[in-house]
Amino acid sequence: MSDVQAGLRYTRDHEWVRTEADGTVVVGITDHAQHQLGELVFVELPDSGRTLTAGEACAVVESVKAASDVYAPVAGTVVATNAALDGQPNLVNASPFGDGWLFRLKPDASDASRLLDAAAYTDFIAAEG
Amino acid sequence: MPFIPHTDAETASMLGAIGASDIDSLFDEIPPQLRIAGLPGVGPGFPEAGITRLMIERAERDGRPLCFIGAGSYDHYIPAAVWEVATRGEFYSAYTPYQAEASQGTLQLIYEYQSMMASLTGLDVSNASMYDGATAFAEACLMAVRANRKTRARRVLTTRALAPVYRDVARMMLAGQGIELVELPLGEGRTDLAALGNVENHEFAALAIPQPAFLGTLEAVDELTDWAHARNMLVIAVCNPLMLALLKPPRQWGSAGADIACGEGQPLGIPMSSGGPYFGFLVCREPLVRQMPGRIVGRTVDIEGKPGFTLTLQAREQHIRRSKATSNICTNQGLMVTAATIFMSMVGAEGIRRMAAASHANTRALVAALTRLPGVRLAFPVFGHEAVLQLPRPAAEVVSAMSARRILAGFDLAPDYPELGNALLVCATEMRTAEDIDRYTDALGSVLAAGRAA
Repeated sequence: MSDVQAGLRYTRDHEWVRTEADGTVVVGITDHAQHQLGELVFVELPDSGRTLTAGEACAVVESVKAASDVYAPVAGTVVATNAALDGQPNLVNASPFGDGWLFRLKPDASDASRLLDAAAYTDFIAAEG
Repeated sequence: MPFIPHTDAETASMLGAIGASDIDSLFDEIPPQLRIAGLPGVGPGFPEAGITRLMIERAERDGRPLCFIGAGSYDHYIPAAVWEVATRGEFYSAYTPYQAEASQGTLQLIYEYQSMMASLTGLDVSNASMYDGATAFAEACLMAVRANRKTRARRVLTTRALAPVYRDVARMMLAGQGIELVELPLGEGRTDLAALGNVENHEFAALAIPQPAFLGTLEAVDELTDWAHARNMLVIAVCNPLMLALLKPPRQWGSAGADIACGEGQPLGIPMSSGGPYFGFLVCREPLVRQMPGRIVGRTVDIEGKPGFTLTLQAREQHIRRSKATSNICTNQGLMVTAATIFMSMVGAEGIRRMAAASHANTRALVAALTRLPGVRLAFPVFGHEAVLQLPRPAAEVVSAMSARRILAGFDLAPDYPELGNALLVCATEMRTAEDIDRYTDALGSVLAAGRAA
């Protein structure tokens, strides 16, 4: 059973979003998503300073069997990326909600509340099978 | 049994499923002016004996002319064993292996090919080949635009010194993705360095440099590479693989080296055969490997620790990424690569170097002989195995008159480079003898004399 953490927001593309005290949002992929992909061998992250529209493909997570796009869950500007993934992409597998975070955005407007909460995401992955 | 084993009923049922009236209507999007109604003398169907007769008859019309034309396809010696081995049943397939890991021999061959191309260019990783040199160049441009993280420019800078057909093919393949190909002008048969200042204020994802240039000259690759790198561009080397034996490998261009190398593999054991099939090569530095289209074979060990070969880095190929794949036209030319790999292993690095050196020497001898004829002048110094001659008559007329003497005199440059006047691109590979050069010289002498008399 995949871990779904309370207090985070989720997308139907299996990303999680955590709003920080300073108003920025941290984005990663869910435990469910990393299980589906298998061991990651490469993570391609957006450059800091890049502006993203909501739903824009901005990162790629690549396992031995597939490369999948990661979409910006909200519109905003990239303020930081997880440099540790460069040498250790499998941090995403080991700690999808922690050390395996992907990038941090300064959102244009705080619309993260429109995303799914933990209960709605749990229902969504259950329905997806 | 018919070649396409569909009955009329099956065809009708499939057309019904997609709502098409007949098979021809599936091709409606191809404009009528691009279609041909038929080929002269070729009916809608032929028995095998009939088609064989037709092919022999048509092939004989070509005759066996003496070849002094290069311009992208070259008449080099191919040891007899190359195609004897390449056409063995175990190898004789034109395409990439499906059930790949069951084809260990094919995978090993591709692995050897990749290793040889990496060593020839000095770069890290080669793919299993592309369709031809021009498409390899276009893919190199697409790859550079995806890979260059320092700019989001959808523009690639190249030069009129690059083969015209490469620029045409690339322009067509790039246009669909909104990528523009910008050309630097010519100065003395190669890229005009003085023109770099004119493009300095524009951002480009890459600079693509031919070596040798199409007109047989050598580009200032060190200077161009450093100029491009200082402006956040990647550097694409478009090379003749045989001439690389004499020239500095792309990895050593400038202070940091080229990032991607590509070109036409035909000089490595592939017959000219009226323009194809050939194969393109594409090689890059390791950090760019995830943007490289096509297949890559790696060496590994199986669960018992025995060495074996496997397809690797497939996650971005079309069978997985679909429309988001690095390329959807990454055909590899399996059989051509098989021949090229056998060619390289038989001829060896020293043999390739001698072929290149002999081609250079023969081209110089040809130029020396021809420029003794009145009105024939060398346009630019000869560094490779091709040279531009300025003639006292239009090159098209000379080519046609020489062809009646069973000599392919060269490539008429007027359609692509009108600014060069009556210019002819000639090439004498290691295959041409002193007698061949005499025959060309005598024939050209009488063609030009006849022209003066007329």
